[in-house]
Amino acid sequence: MPRAFSRSLREVAFFFGITFFVILAAFPFYWMVITAFKPNSDLYDVTNVPFWFNEPPTLEHLTYLFKETLFARWLLNSLMIGVCVTMITLVTAVPAGYSLARMTSRKGEALGIAIFLTYLVPPTLLFLPLSRIIAELGLQNSMWSLVLVYPTFTIPFCSWLLMGFFKALPPEIEEAAIVDGCSLFGAFIKMAIPLSLPAILTVVIFTFTLTLQEFVYALTFVSSSSQKPVTLGVSTDLIRGDVFFWGEIMAGALIAAVPVAVAYNLFLDRFISGITGGAIK
Amino acid sequence: MAVIAEPVTKPVSRLHFMLDRREVLENILIAPAIIYVLLLVGLPLLLAMYYSVSAYTIYNPTWQFVGLANFTQIIDNPNFLQTLGNTFIFTFGSQLLGLVLGKFGAFLLLRPFPGRKIVRALIILPFAVPVALATIAWQWMFDSLYSVINWTLIAASIVTREDAPNWLGNPYLAMLCVIIINAWRFFPFAIVIFLAGITAIPQDIIDAATVDGAGFWRRNYQIILPMILPIVAIGLIFGIVFTFTDLSIVFLLTMGGPVGATSVLGFAGFQTGIVSGDVSHGAAISLFMLPVLLVVVIITLRFIRRREI
Repeated sequence: MPRAFSRSLREVAFFFGITFFVILAAFPFYWMVITAFKPNSDLYDVTNVPFWFNEPPTLEHLTYLFKETLFARWLLNSLMIGVCVTMITLVTAVPAGYSLARMTSRKGEALGIAIFLTYLVPPTLLFLPLSRIIAELGLQNSMWSLVLVYPTFTIPFCSWLLMGFFKALPPEIEEAAIVDGCSLFGAFIKMAIPLSLPAILTVVIFTFTLTLQEFVYALTFVSSSSQKPVTLGVSTDLIRGDVFFWGEIMAGALIAAVPVAVAYNLFLDRFISGITGGAIK
Repeated sequence: MAVIAEPVTKPVSRLHFMLDRREVLENILIAPAIIYVLLLVGLPLLLAMYYSVSAYTIYNPTWQFVGLANFTQIIDNPNFLQTLGNTFIFTFGSQLLGLVLGKFGAFLLLRPFPGRKIVRALIILPFAVPVALATIAWQWMFDSLYSVINWTLIAASIVTREDAPNWLGNPYLAMLCVIIINAWRFFPFAIVIFLAGITAIPQDIIDAATVDGAGFWRRNYQIILPMILPIVAIGLIFGIVFTFTDLSIVFLLTMGGPVGATSVLGFAGFQTGIVSGDVSHGAAISLFMLPVLLVVVIITLRFIRRREI
């Protein structure tokens, strides 16, 4: 009897723990959703219970966001930046990752570690000189500055990710292609790349989410509203004077956050195996 | 015909010959990435170092060398020492809290139960969502008047509306808020890292330890923990680097306030170097991150080496 009792006590503690973690992690997002659809009269009334709708939900914040603010423009900017950065990253990181994976000498290993370490050089150390470089190039206050700068962290990150994936690809496949008359470069283009398409897709998703998540460079380089990416626009531009428009802000944050959250969840396992780069064997 | 064709095909075949030499091709393939990184990470890093020993400002872009004057001026400023202290408190506070939550969460998620996938998806949210947007949501939750946290505390009769905490207005509470948000952001990452490490341990090792009489704690701390240490170290390095150099949470939540209580290195560098345009002092402030980063890098290299052996 005491054994059964202690077991059920354990079960209760277990599910209590799980509930705690779910609430801790997800409550701010629940709060975003609730705020985004609540009418202002409900939102700014301290006597109402804040956890659910005391008045019927409304779409007024969403319509305001799209009609009266630059939100749609910011989404478009982010899309544009994401696409350009992804292309630059693919063109440079796919060959680099392949090269790192196939280098057999000590040099390859050293280069791989060096590239990994550049990912750790923080934006807050580089933003001052980069802002001067961008001013010299005449790109200040333009989203193209972000297209130029974002690859500085997506290239190291994705090269490192792809290195891990290419290492898992048996070189015998390429060797067989070479025996059949393919050149070394042809073997890379015709064999290695098609076989690593899932990895490349992962890289595309993560480059995109990394550009959406970035804040420091965007804050430093872009100050005119119409050039801002969505993360920056929502977090800095929806405040007029000292007045916060919480319904609009939360609606904007929600729209920008949902795709990133979905992408992350779908690709999480690949992301982790890439980031740890075979730390577990 | 063949004689005419020969001079045309020769350079082509030489190019092919070059591309068919493995080491040449490898160097060509990696070159664009290396050049990009050298130009936009290596060069700016050197520039930042030079700025810190120059008198460069936006208004007077001079390359005049002033030695360590910028650094001595910064260190003499008591606000800066507070900023430095804040940065350490912020980093270690949030990493410690994140690790504890991560270890505990991984321990719970290790066990299969119905709905585990959904639970994992929900728990991963804080790490997935852009930190700026999440910070804004927290700011709304810590609002001085409409805080949902205060509402709950009042409804539970823990505090009254008159003395409800002003989360972002009190120096200690503001620091606590910043730490909580950062720990909240990183604990899902810690969970995932712990899970990846633990599931990679071969079950027979744990079984063998159990057969040899190792209890729950002994298995946990003398078998599992040492085995997952390399992967946890890599995760922790990411956490420390990105926390120590962070700017976004503080910038959006408190603007370094109240009265500098949450100012951190990244934020101070931004305020001085970008907002005030004093590039040289801003660069000098940012460079205070470098020693910590170097230590972290050395530790990383040691872990990577150890893994190799």
